[in-house]
Amino acid sequence: MQKQSNMPYAIEVQNIVKTFGPVIATNQVSFKVKKGEIHALLGENGAGKSTLMSILYGLYRPDSGILKIDGEVVSFKSPKEAAQKSIGMVHQNFQLVSTLTAFDNILMGLPESWWRGRNWRFKKVKEIESLAKEYGLSFEVERAVWQMSHGEKQRVEIFKALYRQSDIIILDEPTSVLTPQESDDLYRTLKKLKETGKTIVLTTHKLREVMHACDHISIMRKGKMVASMPSSETNERDLARKLMGEMPVEVRRIEKSESSTKPSKNLLELQEICAKGLHGEQALNDLSLFVYPGEIVGVAGVAGNGQKQLAEIITGMQNPTSGGIKFKGKWINHSSIKGMIDIGIAHVPEDRLHTGMAGSLDAVDNLLMKDYKKEKHSNLGIMKHSRNLDWAKSIINNYDVTTPSANYPVRLLSGGNQQKLLLAREIEGDPALLVANHPTQGLDVGATASVHNLLLDMRSRDRGVLLISEDLDEILKISDRILVIYQGMITGEFEPSKATREEIGLYMTGSKTQFNVGALA
Amino acid sequence: MRPLYIAGKKISIEKDPISTKTPWWMTVIAVVLALVFCAGFMLLNGNNPITVFSKMFSGAFGSLYGLSETLLKAIPLMLCGLGVAIAYRISVWNIGAEGQFVMGAIAATSITIYYPGMGAFSSITLMLLAGFIAGALWALLVAICRSYFDVNEVICSLMLNYIAILFLSFLVFEPWKDPNGFNFPGTAIFSSSQKLPALDDLRLHLGFLIALAAILLYAVLVKFTHWGYQLRLLSANANAARYAGMNVKRQIIIVLMISGGLAGIAGMVEVSGVTHRLSQGVTSGYGYTAIIVAWLARLNPIGIVISSILCGAVIVGGYSVQLIGLPASMALMIQGAILFFVIGGEVFSQYRIRVETISPKKNEQTSSSKVEVL
Repeated sequence: MQKQSNMPYAIEVQNIVKTFGPVIATNQVSFKVKKGEIHALLGENGAGKSTLMSILYGLYRPDSGILKIDGEVVSFKSPKEAAQKSIGMVHQNFQLVSTLTAFDNILMGLPESWWRGRNWRFKKVKEIESLAKEYGLSFEVERAVWQMSHGEKQRVEIFKALYRQSDIIILDEPTSVLTPQESDDLYRTLKKLKETGKTIVLTTHKLREVMHACDHISIMRKGKMVASMPSSETNERDLARKLMGEMPVEVRRIEKSESSTKPSKNLLELQEICAKGLHGEQALNDLSLFVYPGEIVGVAGVAGNGQKQLAEIITGMQNPTSGGIKFKGKWINHSSIKGMIDIGIAHVPEDRLHTGMAGSLDAVDNLLMKDYKKEKHSNLGIMKHSRNLDWAKSIINNYDVTTPSANYPVRLLSGGNQQKLLLAREIEGDPALLVANHPTQGLDVGATASVHNLLLDMRSRDRGVLLISEDLDEILKISDRILVIYQGMITGEFEPSKATREEIGLYMTGSKTQFNVGALA
Repeated sequence: MRPLYIAGKKISIEKDPISTKTPWWMTVIAVVLALVFCAGFMLLNGNNPITVFSKMFSGAFGSLYGLSETLLKAIPLMLCGLGVAIAYRISVWNIGAEGQFVMGAIAATSITIYYPGMGAFSSITLMLLAGFIAGALWALLVAICRSYFDVNEVICSLMLNYIAILFLSFLVFEPWKDPNGFNFPGTAIFSSSQKLPALDDLRLHLGFLIALAAILLYAVLVKFTHWGYQLRLLSANANAARYAGMNVKRQIIIVLMISGGLAGIAGMVEVSGVTHRLSQGVTSGYGYTAIIVAWLARLNPIGIVISSILCGAVIVGGYSVQLIGLPASMALMIQGAILFFVIGGEVFSQYRIRVETISPKKNEQTSSSKVEVL
């Protein structure tokens, strides 16, 4: 407090509130960053980190609250105004034109000189090269961006911000796309920038990096700022606890009936699966796991550690680059989506309306999606209209879906009812295995409970469930076995009754691993 | 967009999260606006738009002959329009109907050249089949590029149009030129068994029924069959279709081939029913006008019949205004304006205008009333 009067904070945020419709993204958040420090903002997905960063960068305008830069109250109407206050942002998805060179990207939009002749270009290239060297950012100035690695692209982005005279640099999830070596390089660079007096704010959910590279750590959870302290005053264990939150009183495990002896045969077995992610990165790394009939296996992990690929490989939506899948004791060589559906693997995808349902169609059409060719629903290619309608109505009844009619577009239903409908479709075919990816995301308490009951029903009917979720409470509540996924590998296996949130948190953030588990036990 | 503040009210335009369907009357408004827009140009040229429009209307619908001509023009538009509409339904932008039409016309003519002297029924059936297959194969090229090599189908189908048209030129200038045709670039006139039967004294021919039958068949298939369900799912959400186990690539190929095949039939119908020979100007842009037809109809089968007749009427009406010194290409201008306004309306209907009354207190709306426009 005493220092504050003569040395204003680089960034000072007071009681910022930002809502998106009914969702409160940041709730009375206050946040201070000292000049010349590396400040990490920790939080799970959806904690409000990105919203806060976007407010700092002028992308969103807060509903209420005060934002001060160098002690001066500001109100940004656009990123341009933020840039004028020397704030630069490095986005998670790089904002570079991939067909242009680093040089062109850096100078793009700058009113440098209207005549850009050869001499000018030559001089500029030299200038950028020497400046980049000074900051310790190495990249090929005249190479097209699409030919660069993620680390190199990021260095171009950082340089771009520096070149625009930014004193405060915001990095959103800078290490999420980088290899460990590249991350180390990045933190070395950031330290160097700090020495030249720049202020750096970064968001992440990787605890270990934060501990040794950052000066100050703030933690957000569910839209609120829950803690802020210098990194010297904390440790990974403490951070994990703050990040995950205290164990709520209500969480009670629903135990299996005592008759459950482990079946001898497993239902699904993945052996050393490797797979590529969206940008060609290694998303799954020799991942092995198995699921027995009659159990719910929970896969816990921070988003983007290969969960999507894991679900897609089991359901045939993506092919592994190596490794084997065994289902009901049979190897599956060439998997297709249709093939996986036919052998009895159901799938609740991550994003309901993006993949799982067709929003503009009605409940009947959505329920028919995987079964319309069955004799029950059509005959010689002609759909049995009235019978399908009755069938859909009975499902809507049985699964307690609230909808004005069976012919109402599912897009207009609430998330909970959409999800019930989707689960109804998947479960109705009595699959042997259900892969559920974030099945309760965005649902209220009641809908969450009914989804959980449906999953537990599957278990009691001796079907297998692979529950992939970021919600640790959910996993602790209904799983029989917990696996932790980190960077495409299973790093830990727990029994829910013996595991603590803190311990799992350490595995989820890569601070700890049990190397011997995950594979064949 | 930045909101506008007028008299204590905040007016802003925002994307409507709920609306995805455009109401039908939007199309009517768009057509009316397009006509008003064209009327402006007529005024600039010193013509009374009301006279021009009434002249066009009576030219297109005022006499039995005019009506027959309008319906005659509507035939290829219906077939090509249906073809592109099927593809547009699943967001495959086939603008190659022109080329597929030409290939259909060429294939149908090839039957008359290489298998002359067949009976009317067999030669017409064979010509229809040839037209369909040629159009479908021409579209298959697009489909393969799109499905397996990720080539943009707009560019691919458009470029194939030029190839088809140049191939047509080659044929009518060289190998297929009528030896008794006074060096005119075109094949010999078809024999009567190769012509589609037409009404007495009028040019309207059997193709009209073929087009209607195609549209009816499509409507029934879409409503009652697997394939219709697959199309519906694919058009609603391609990700979901893939997730449900549908082979999306194969579906795109099938749809594009049907799309091309219909345009190919249109080509056959045109040579066999109207021009009775293959010559250079056989298409007169039907394949492109079909795009307008499909959009105007909002891809709805019945809508395609109506909008084809409308576009046919604009073309025929365009001829009749030549008498008062306006060029027939007036029709092209009207068609272009209609497409422009229809697509414009499509965009506007996704937004709503929101008017809020602002109370003196900042950042607090005491009463907010939403006014939905468009």
